[in-house]
Amino acid sequence: MQTFDLEAEGLRALNSALHAQASTTNQTVWEILNPKGSHAIAVGLDAPIEVTIKGSTGYYCAGMNKQATVHVHGSTGPGTAENMMSGTVIVEGDASQYAGATGNGGTLIIKGNASSRCGISMKGIDIIVHGSIGHMSAFMAQSGNLVVCGDAGEALGDSLYEARLFVRGSVKSLGADCIEKEMRAEHLAILEDLLERGGCDAKASEFKRYGSARKLYNFNIDNAY
Amino acid sequence: MCGIVGLFLKDQSLEPKLGEMLADMLITMTDRGPDSAGIAIYTAHSAGKAKLTVQADDAIASFEKLDDALCKALRGSVSMSVKDSHAVLEIQAEQMDEARAYLTANHPNVRIMSRGENLEIYKEVGLPKDVAKRFDIRKMSGSHGIGHTRMATESAVTTLGAHPFNTGIDQCLVHNGSLSNHNSLRRKLRRAGVHIETENDSEVGAAYLTWKMQNGATLGEALESSLTDLDGFFTFVVGTKDGFGVVRDPIACKPAVMAETDQYVAFGSEYRALVNLPGIETARIWEPEPATVYFWSHNTASTDHEEAA
Repeated sequence: MQTFDLEAEGLRALNSALHAQASTTNQTVWEILNPKGSHAIAVGLDAPIEVTIKGSTGYYCAGMNKQATVHVHGSTGPGTAENMMSGTVIVEGDASQYAGATGNGGTLIIKGNASSRCGISMKGIDIIVHGSIGHMSAFMAQSGNLVVCGDAGEALGDSLYEARLFVRGSVKSLGADCIEKEMRAEHLAILEDLLERGGCDAKASEFKRYGSARKLYNFNIDNAY
Repeated sequence: MCGIVGLFLKDQSLEPKLGEMLADMLITMTDRGPDSAGIAIYTAHSAGKAKLTVQADDAIASFEKLDDALCKALRGSVSMSVKDSHAVLEIQAEQMDEARAYLTANHPNVRIMSRGENLEIYKEVGLPKDVAKRFDIRKMSGSHGIGHTRMATESAVTTLGAHPFNTGIDQCLVHNGSLSNHNSLRRKLRRAGVHIETENDSEVGAAYLTWKMQNGATLGEALESSLTDLDGFFTFVVGTKDGFGVVRDPIACKPAVMAETDQYVAFGSEYRALVNLPGIETARIWEPEPATVYFWSHNTASTDHEEAA
């Protein structure tokens, strides 16, 4: 295992070392000490490595991730796993606003709560939140799955396209064009798989499904103010 | 951007270290705004006395015998301690209005930064580390304080455009964000007789809260009503004689992190600002909810949710 003291060695050295790992690397396990809320830790990774961060991070942790597994033993600042392409990011604590924003693929697991704008403009990522999420989550979400074991804040799924939203608890309000939809067998199967991948202690049957009413796809004069 | 911090001590044994802790928190936030920086600290106060913190660009000339002149004008006791471009004038509490009127009329180069029994505000153009050094913030003790480092967006980079803003006796405010209705609100407040010095949006926010409280609102009620009357983005941290409060606008895009232990309640724009506080590893850490007033006080019941102070 490679151990890296971020406070002693600095962010640029860390990210350079992680970027230097190719798919054939033998240095597959990394541990980062003293993150102390620093920004942009383990961004832009593109190798099948496992990175464990021992503590809380600042902005953009594990952004643009490909292939790697990043495990944060703490909470994360805004923009966690933003624009992830593949791989897995696990946050043991809470994640601040716009976690998983614009994610194209991969899995983001948040074991605490996520703040506002979780999964905004998501494009294929799977986001699994053990706790609750804040307002304007999944705004303009295009595809992928958002699973929330707790509650959702105001304006869930505003102006969304084809992402699937699964919420176990209450939803404070639905955004424009977001509606509750029937949970059919195929959705239960998808959700069961997501809950298992996310390590959630919840049953698929306890969730409701929300999605697009598809009324905003084309210009409609009745929608104009 | 802007970076803001706040620290409210519950454990009196930490009071001698307040200046040091607050300065370090603010210096960590330097890269959120390099234009100007300021700190408000609630220090010990002597019975019957009040403090005016004043600033002058030509401090040596302006502060020369300023205490004597003020003493003569007020016919009361005045003591002055000069720190770089700022000076703290300690006067008899009941002479506060008279002292302000005298300074405004006779010493136009001397600008009032704060007034109150405990409050002192130090702020200047420059980086937090320089401001902390110029005013020896690390050596200051106190019960609570707030700080700000500015990235200017809405108005000029000047001392008067720096935060914290004094909003009334022993009251102050720092702001991260930008208000979009500050011009119309400034006109409205000026018509109502409120003095607003600059074209700065945050000063309008501060003046708005002052005006609300002058008209009978508690700080909590004033913060509640700011959620409907102020348009734009804001995270406010406010200081009062015995406490501090936090409110974020309903959109809540300006970051905020809070930490609480048995010894303190701390606020930072980012978690980085809090990492060196004692016991942070086991502190309760959370992000304040949007459109929710939080308040902690040494005297009255604190709220950590919707109830106004």
